[in-house]
Amino acid sequence: MSTQGTASGLALWADAVRHDRRAAFGAGVIAFFVLMAVFGPLLVGDPTELVGVPMQPPSAQHWLGTTGQGQDVLAQLVVGTRATLLIGFSVGLTVVFVGALIGVTAGYFGGRVDGFLSLLFNVFLVIPGLPLAIVIAAYLPSGPLTLGFVLVIAGWAWNARVLRAQTLAYRKRDFVAASVVAGESSWRIVTSEILPNMTSLLVSQIIGGTVYAIGAQVGLEFLGLGDVSAVTWGTNLYWAQNDSALLTGAWWTFAPTGVAIALVGFGLTMLNSGFDEITNPRLRLERAWRGFLLDRGHAPGRSTPVVRENV
Amino acid sequence: MRFLLKRLGFYALAAWVAVTLNFFLPRLMPGDPATALFARFRGMLAPEALDALRETFGLTEAPLVAQYFTYLGHVLKGDLGISVAYFPAPVLQVIANGLVWTLFLAGTALIVSFAVGTLLGVAAAWWRFGRVDTFVPPAAALVGAFPYFWLAMVVLYVFGFTLGWFPLGHAYGDSVAPGFNIAFLADVVRHAVLPVSTVVIATLGGWLLTMRNTMVSVLGSDFVGLAWAKGLPPRTVALRYAARNALLPSVTGFGMALGFVLGGSLLTEIVFAYPGQGYLLVQAVRGQDYPLMQGIFLVITLAVLGANFVVDLVSLWLDPRIRDSVS
Repeated sequence: MSTQGTASGLALWADAVRHDRRAAFGAGVIAFFVLMAVFGPLLVGDPTELVGVPMQPPSAQHWLGTTGQGQDVLAQLVVGTRATLLIGFSVGLTVVFVGALIGVTAGYFGGRVDGFLSLLFNVFLVIPGLPLAIVIAAYLPSGPLTLGFVLVIAGWAWNARVLRAQTLAYRKRDFVAASVVAGESSWRIVTSEILPNMTSLLVSQIIGGTVYAIGAQVGLEFLGLGDVSAVTWGTNLYWAQNDSALLTGAWWTFAPTGVAIALVGFGLTMLNSGFDEITNPRLRLERAWRGFLLDRGHAPGRSTPVVRENV
Repeated sequence: MRFLLKRLGFYALAAWVAVTLNFFLPRLMPGDPATALFARFRGMLAPEALDALRETFGLTEAPLVAQYFTYLGHVLKGDLGISVAYFPAPVLQVIANGLVWTLFLAGTALIVSFAVGTLLGVAAAWWRFGRVDTFVPPAAALVGAFPYFWLAMVVLYVFGFTLGWFPLGHAYGDSVAPGFNIAFLADVVRHAVLPVSTVVIATLGGWLLTMRNTMVSVLGSDFVGLAWAKGLPPRTVALRYAARNALLPSVTGFGMALGFVLGGSLLTEIVFAYPGQGYLLVQAVRGQDYPLMQGIFLVITLAVLGANFVVDLVSLWLDPRIRDSVS
């Protein structure tokens, strides 16, 4: 049961990228930015070096123009990718890890443990995340660790809630009951019976967590809560705003970074929904059913078909 | 009634957590918080201001528990300390000035976005695989991938700077005096168009998708089939049967979205130099005005908790199952 779950999870991913246009698009975009993060800084110059006249529009020499301080926008964009994606992916992983730890514990053990942990994540869900992250970050020394820490504090609760519900559903299933009767330890049941079955959910949560982390991180850095001397996408926008890019019409100092952020976010979302289509039999079935009806010249109904035993 | 009491208890607990977090935050700073505060503000603050700050946060020689209760007492009395940047104005007064603008901005945006997004969701599910359904959700997903404040910058650049249709910032112009008259209100609306539209554009997709997906599954249920079989006009089936029942998850999501929308509108305010909480917050962050920062956090949290309670009341009214399950 368990090994099969993991293997089919990974195989499904490869399948999704091969067969689903959206997943392929998402994977392509993410691969591009990851390559840019790894090798990009070797190809462009020093992003903090003052290379020309400030606020110059894009030209042959500086493809994306110069910033308010005379730095190369392209170099800043490329170099900023590394720190931004690194924090994004690590926070994405961490929020799901923390969420799984608390959510699965709550769902598996139930009773008072569940009562307490559910209360905990519900409280964190209702406290607005961004203001919370801001007040905590303001007290800590600015830097990537602080950013990561506050993003995890503000973002773990949603994952815990979803994973608790999923664990509760599995807890009632026969294969878990069988393991309990067989005398397996709780740790073993959780790690090798329940978690492997949630592989696809966990992966999609990690992707969602990464989207959240990149957006929130850029927001905090835009406020000046990151390390403003570092080069990241968020600090690029911070400096663009600080140098009054808008009021001087210097669109090239903020437009490319925003497009890059959106492309990464959109790519991740596409990857997720393409994957959902592959792993969710209902959606797959619907597509086939629609094709079948359209081939015969019938209009498909409005609702997703539901598989019934006697059909 | 029991449901409401339970929810009230939960919100009280959440408020207590927020207040307690607030108390411990200054103590997160390395070293003795009182000394750290003093070192940070030396030269910036009059000694009496610093004493007031210490007193509010209970940063005295007393044991931690005593300090905690001092702080709780101050919060309950509405004393959140003295703002450093707006010295000697109390934090609560500074916040009150900005709160109206934030509530106006976030509230308008939330209502417009909810209404338009939900209607589009109904349309997308009703004319499934039609034009709305094919183009609007992916477009909304793409737009939703941009950071709020970046959209704000683009909107401001295009419609404010390049085309000059709307003012570049602030809540009202210098030429009108605040007051309850047409000229002032018209000016406020003109200044609010861009920030409100930004938040609406950024959040529309969420409402649309929630409504569309619920509506799609509701349309497959038996009572909708029965409505068709009775020969009711399509409009009645769509709106009175399907949409009404599909609305519940969106209403429940309303409370969740509040904190998110508020966070986004804080960032939007900064771009538009809109004089609400977000603008105050960034000034507080940059000027290291900790009392103001924490006060804003507390007030925003309480506002979100209050709004969540209103959402509870609405869903209680909409969904008889909640009423039946507890009474």
